[in-house]
Amino acid sequence: MTNENGVAIHVNNVSRHYQMGTALIRAVDGVTLSVNTGEFLAMLGSSGSGKSTLLNLMAGLDRPTAGAIVAQSKNLSELSSLDLARYRSKTVGMVFQSFNLLPRMTLEENVELPLRLAEVDRGERAARVTEALTRVHLDKRLGHRPAQLSGGEQQRAALARALVNRPAILFADEPTGNLDSATGEEIMQLLSEIQKTLGMTIVMVTHERPLAERFANRIASLADGKLVSDGVRQ
Amino acid sequence: MKTGDLAELGFRNLREAILRNSLTTLGVAVGIASLVAMLSLGVGLQQLAARRISHAGLFDTVVVMPRNNMRGFGRPQAVPTPAAESRPLDDAARQQIQNLPNVVEVYPQIRFVTEVRFNDTPYPTMVAGVPASAREGGLFDGIKGSFFSSADADEAILQIEFAKDLSDQPNTLLGKDIVIRYAERQALPPSSAPAGSPNSSSADPGAGFSIVPKDRKLKIVGIVESEPAAGVGGIGNGRVLIPLAVAETLRPAQANDLRDILRGSDTKPGYASLTVRAKGPSQVQALEDRIKSMGFATFSLLDATRNLQLFFAVFDLLLLIFGSLALAVATLGIVNTLVMAILERRREIGVLKALGAADADVRQPFFFEAGIMGLLGGFFGVGLGWFIGRAVTVGTNIYLKRQNLPPANVFSVPWWLVLGAIAFGVGASLIAGIYPATRAARLDPVEALRYE
Repeated sequence: MTNENGVAIHVNNVSRHYQMGTALIRAVDGVTLSVNTGEFLAMLGSSGSGKSTLLNLMAGLDRPTAGAIVAQSKNLSELSSLDLARYRSKTVGMVFQSFNLLPRMTLEENVELPLRLAEVDRGERAARVTEALTRVHLDKRLGHRPAQLSGGEQQRAALARALVNRPAILFADEPTGNLDSATGEEIMQLLSEIQKTLGMTIVMVTHERPLAERFANRIASLADGKLVSDGVRQ
Repeated sequence: MKTGDLAELGFRNLREAILRNSLTTLGVAVGIASLVAMLSLGVGLQQLAARRISHAGLFDTVVVMPRNNMRGFGRPQAVPTPAAESRPLDDAARQQIQNLPNVVEVYPQIRFVTEVRFNDTPYPTMVAGVPASAREGGLFDGIKGSFFSSADADEAILQIEFAKDLSDQPNTLLGKDIVIRYAERQALPPSSAPAGSPNSSSADPGAGFSIVPKDRKLKIVGIVESEPAAGVGGIGNGRVLIPLAVAETLRPAQANDLRDILRGSDTKPGYASLTVRAKGPSQVQALEDRIKSMGFATFSLLDATRNLQLFFAVFDLLLLIFGSLALAVATLGIVNTLVMAILERRREIGVLKALGAADADVRQPFFFEAGIMGLLGGFFGVGLGWFIGRAVTVGTNIYLKRQNLPPANVFSVPWWLVLGAIAFGVGASLIAGIYPATRAARLDPVEALRYE
């Protein structure tokens, strides 16, 4: 599931520029970064620093203007649309700030959705869904809809949905941004537990430095689309 | 995504906006109903015309005449066939034609003016011989009373207008007798030929014929509402219809007898014309060619039939175009509904893409929803179209009844139209789904996830 040298994903001189009228927006500008397998990387930065854009590029939701992102020996910028979709389905899981659970589906159906997209056999799905929801302590809430859950529970459900396909890398975009501090800490503890027990690579975007410092192995800071610091915590 | 999952997701999406999707489906149903109603009218009218013409024997009938009969009297000149000489239309010719392949029957057209006596009152009218096969062709559907009990029964069927001449209450005529007075043609032996006649001095043994008045009592067994045939079938204009076999035994003098005498033909009776029925319309042309090569003139309404088919093809096409207009509007409704659905599900599409949905996974549910709306609209539309058709038929028949005309089924919904209309509805809906589905599939997931 990793590159030969133990690197889960390598970002090599990646840029993402947007044309807004006559202005050129350099959302990400020449960033080089490697994330090792099993590492918990927190990317910090102020609003507009390019951290979410870099996360989207690494998650295969967007394509870089220049540079290469290599995961599982594949350069994401060279993949076809279909192969990029497969990468998102099989290799990565995503958690968002606003949970993004589908309100018209139950918890069970929401978590089952990635399995449907990955064409996992129906018989196998129920066990995988239960396993994922048990990991986030929501296995008793299978039939509930998102509106019947608290914010923390919704984010845990979103985490279960991200884990259900057993991805190699988990991307989390401000997972505590919509939660109070206590609930945010619960989520961070859950992420840390998952990283430790499953050996999963986690890349998280946050602007909450204290949480990042408590739970992440490594903190990278971005400003104006550039990587300004990258340090491994002991 | 697997088909089962796709269907489940599609049905869920349809249920989510059930009112809007139901109204869109209703729009498709109205479009299909319009199409079905229009085409059913075209098919129904075509079948009605075909039935009427078929009953009249126009499609599968060839009228055969001696070649010289076709000349003059303002009629078109028959194209001479050098290979075959003109020959008399006699019993030998009749037998020869009967033996041709694809010939069902050959019978002479016997029609003569006569005087019918009923209650000692004379009524001049036209008598026509009717072949037994006419009963099978549906000519006598709706007859009051019955058809002839046998091919040689001394029975008569009256046309309603003539029956009204005989009695104010035509139905009371059934079972009563009429007497027809006609001129029987009796051949003269050669010795009795008048001296100095052209025939007597020639090698031709024929000497002409005499006319003898005769009476025949016939029992009225039936009354027909409409004229059973008008033209090629051979019994058109007949007010008193009698079995053909009976008509032949009467040997009534006909118009061509005098002509034959003047032309110096023998006394052996020839036919003014023979009606030849082919197995089907497709055999008529070959049969006509064959009979022409035997030295006779022929006439059929094959070309008229072709023109009729052409007319109905154009008619159906126009109905299809007008019927499709409503469906075109309905498909715009589908486009609108699905575009609205994209706006509503924009964020959901972003989530699906983030979770690994390929473009096809996003596109297919939209096609599925469009297809289901088309399918349901097709089913309901066919039902609605059929109902409209029945209502129009009932209304038409009420009008026809008030006009003292027989009922007619002006609508027909054949199976090919049912299946074709449903398929057309689904096809049009899928085409309508192309734009929304493609637009949804092309959504940028990052942009879609930002959408509030």
